[in-house]
Amino acid sequence: MEYGFTTAAYVVAAILFILSLGGLSGQESAKRAVWYGMAGMALAICATLVGPGAGFWLLSLVLIGLGGIIGYQLATKVQMTQMPELVAAMHSLVGLAAVLVGFIAHFELGRVAGMDAIARASLDGFAALLAYKSPVEINILRVELFLGVFIGAITFTGSVIAYGKLAGKVNTAAAKLPGGHVLNATAAAISVLCLIWYFSTGGFVPLMVMTLAALFIGYHLIMGIGGADMPVVVSMLNSYSGWAAAAIGFSLGNDLLIVVGALVGSSGAILSYIMCKAMNRSFVSVILGGFGGPAGEQMAVEGEQIAIDSDGVAAALNEADSIIIIPGYGMAVAQAQSTVAELTRKLRAKGKNVRFAIHPVAGRLPGHMNVLLAEAKVPYDIVMEMDEINDDFPTTDVAIVIGSNDIVNPAAQDDPNSPIAGMPVLECWKAKQVFVSKRGQGTGYSGIENPLFYKENTRMFYGDAKKSLDELLPKID
Amino acid sequence: MKIGTPKEIFAGEDRVAMTPASAQDLKKLGYDCVIETGAGVAAGFTDQSYKDAGVEVVKTAAALYKAADIIAKVRPPEDVEVKRLREGQTLISFFYPAQNKDLMEAANAKGATVIAMDMVPRISRAQKMDALSSMANIAGYRAVIEAGNNFGRFFTGQITAAGKVPPAKVLVVGAGVAGLAAIGTATSLGAITYAFDVRPEVAEQVESMGAQFVFLDFKEEQQDGAKTGGYASVSSPEFAAAQLAKFREIAPDMDIVITTALIPGRDAPELWTPDMVAAMKPGSVIIDLAAERGGNCKLTVKDEKIVTDNGVIIIGYTDYPSRMAAQASTLYSTNIRHMMTDLTPAKDGVPVHNMEDDVIRGATATHQGAITFPPPPPKINAIAQVAKKNQPKELTAEEKRAKETADFKAQTRNQVTLLTVGAVLLLGVGLVAPASFMQHFIVFVLAVFVGFQVIWGVAHSLHTPLMAVTNAISSIIILGALTQIGSGSWLVVVLAALAVFMTGINIFGGFLVTRRMLAMFQKS
Repeated sequence: MEYGFTTAAYVVAAILFILSLGGLSGQESAKRAVWYGMAGMALAICATLVGPGAGFWLLSLVLIGLGGIIGYQLATKVQMTQMPELVAAMHSLVGLAAVLVGFIAHFELGRVAGMDAIARASLDGFAALLAYKSPVEINILRVELFLGVFIGAITFTGSVIAYGKLAGKVNTAAAKLPGGHVLNATAAAISVLCLIWYFSTGGFVPLMVMTLAALFIGYHLIMGIGGADMPVVVSMLNSYSGWAAAAIGFSLGNDLLIVVGALVGSSGAILSYIMCKAMNRSFVSVILGGFGGPAGEQMAVEGEQIAIDSDGVAAALNEADSIIIIPGYGMAVAQAQSTVAELTRKLRAKGKNVRFAIHPVAGRLPGHMNVLLAEAKVPYDIVMEMDEINDDFPTTDVAIVIGSNDIVNPAAQDDPNSPIAGMPVLECWKAKQVFVSKRGQGTGYSGIENPLFYKENTRMFYGDAKKSLDELLPKID
Repeated sequence: MKIGTPKEIFAGEDRVAMTPASAQDLKKLGYDCVIETGAGVAAGFTDQSYKDAGVEVVKTAAALYKAADIIAKVRPPEDVEVKRLREGQTLISFFYPAQNKDLMEAANAKGATVIAMDMVPRISRAQKMDALSSMANIAGYRAVIEAGNNFGRFFTGQITAAGKVPPAKVLVVGAGVAGLAAIGTATSLGAITYAFDVRPEVAEQVESMGAQFVFLDFKEEQQDGAKTGGYASVSSPEFAAAQLAKFREIAPDMDIVITTALIPGRDAPELWTPDMVAAMKPGSVIIDLAAERGGNCKLTVKDEKIVTDNGVIIIGYTDYPSRMAAQASTLYSTNIRHMMTDLTPAKDGVPVHNMEDDVIRGATATHQGAITFPPPPPKINAIAQVAKKNQPKELTAEEKRAKETADFKAQTRNQVTLLTVGAVLLLGVGLVAPASFMQHFIVFVLAVFVGFQVIWGVAHSLHTPLMAVTNAISSIIILGALTQIGSGSWLVVVLAALAVFMTGINIFGGFLVTRRMLAMFQKS
């Protein structure tokens, strides 16, 4: 079939993808949007298979099918609390695929370059495309595929480490090899040198060296970022996987790859930006890893943490009219979302105004809490964003903090020397009463003392979130 | 040691400083208790009930003063009582040392220690012995009851078969303890309650009790009550004028006015002038809780109820706590008991008069033959100084418009700059790059642009599905592998096959998991 048909199919696919992303602006339209995305993908693959250049299409279909089976298993088996890991793992596949495709382009380039004019004329598919390139174009192509491989390699190791950290298989604390960012800078410098080398010679060695350096950067960069910054990391890697696809698209001369790569890349970039803003940190400081040292003496926290048992919490909840629940990563870890949902149903059945306040960086993935609550069938219209609900705390009887810490830390507002000073937080301490469900007296992910726990209207409800809520549940009547 | 309570000899005083319940608590501190016969009768506590609580009952006041080491009573002592004091004896009562200098000197001459319950400093730790507050609370409640007793209508508005009844409108001036208690009582009876205070920071407390705070149109920085230990201080003439003007404006509407305004150590300020009284409707009631100190209304007659020419009832009683003697005695005796607890750290029945303690030092008027009044200011501030908040300035319409235009200009400038820089960069690339590259590049730039436009609209709660779906569609890289798989050596085939396989996982996994997540979002 001719190029014209494939291109036309690509245009339709690109529009479908844009609609698919745009449809995510609302919960209802999002359900339609996924179908757009699937249709776009199916169309793109079919058009490519029947289009010029594709061979072994039976093999291709079998492989896609095999991958599909695995993907189906993954998608149906995964726990909603493990969403961050899954997303990170899938990013690594895209990264690796980008590296492989880049390598292939390199090999083909070498093969085609070695042919004479007659042999070239008989080529078809990707090789044919290469055959008609002028020397300038070949050079540009080298740069493009070099970039694609570079970003892909970073995405691959970075995502693998992010996956490890999120799944608890790698220590989540920020860790750096001795030398710190000098190592990263060295690896980056090596990559740049390799680019020049590769540009002039076109050999495989510089490409391979650069790949190794990029793999190292990905590994080391993400190792150096603490667990609390994971939402930014995951969306950043998401962005990278898009840019890698776009770069490969350039080298293959495939517009659809470019379009989709750019869409995904900008989407991830915007998400990273939103997450950084929610933590009041600059993107650079997240990437460079760890919280910066405090600017001065932090305010000492006075008072003591007062514990309360489930009877006390139940009594307060039975009396309260308006309740706001603030879930955090702790709820996800304890798998307490269904108990929380059950509690919500019970309280709402009694005519109480129960709402959820979600901080943009609660959890380990953008929107993590929303997905968990949705899984537990908490209606989404009572799940509020920080800006929507922050003003309502003063008129709220009870605020329940379940497994979140830094996002409800009043030090962000009160203590200019706090490492999280200026980060927007949920002002739950303005509620008449605050209950904090927490495993023990430790500090949060960032290791910062939380004055909320010492406030007069705060009571600590110690214990595993699920266990203590299960205990609480029958006492609500 | 022995704590004794005599019968109050002040005419009409029904309270008593010790109840059977407080006596039992005092015994736990190691004290023996003794009471004059009939001391609690007016408040509803019989001699028998004291005996049952293990209190010794003596026949005469003289015997009591002889038996007890510590005298606890309510009213400041009369001359005859002062005469009965002896060296080393401690007297705990209301004393008002600032007003009763002679009395204080007489007691001091006797060598007695005087602890004035009215001088307990207003710090958090001392709240449990703050008898002024506990009595003021009663006064505020009783003021509303007294007003209701003299007011010929309901407090609540009602619509009945026999016609419509408008709700009573109550104004409480001065939102101290008594004022807040009055507000609470009036609102719970169903009246529409307004309140005023010179300290604007109490507006929040007023509103929390269910009343509306009456704000003045007054620009001047209003005083901060925290500096004066939570009490009001004298306001500027301009402020006072603005305040009176406001009262004059609302006076005709008010059915009941309760004034509680007092400034420590001064006569009560005049807040409700005769012309305001004249403007009120017949049958309206004014309760002047400041009658003892001259009254907030100059027409008030102390301890009496009068009716003005236009039919307004003005009540100047000063004995509200005594009118609720049982309640007042219970609270007051508890205040005394808390004072004794602080005085007896070892719980061994021996008071330790620690003059380093802010509360004890503050309340002590005479001690060991010396007059210790007035006390130095307490070391702890009564109320933490409130940091001045920078309230965002209200912008006028003009300023708003100016700001909007400025914002718009800045935005335009930013956009134009960005566009210019972007265009120059693009042109620069176009100069060196071949045409085929530029074709793709245009597509790329447009796609980034579309991406930015589209993604900003994505709902916050859908960020996780967004990541999953972008993850799935970034597997579009499979197209690269598919076009390459058929065009080369076995190495290419293997690598391409691997890439196809992995992206296959991703496509299915990504889309399915997104669908699974989105299916979970449900409306209530």
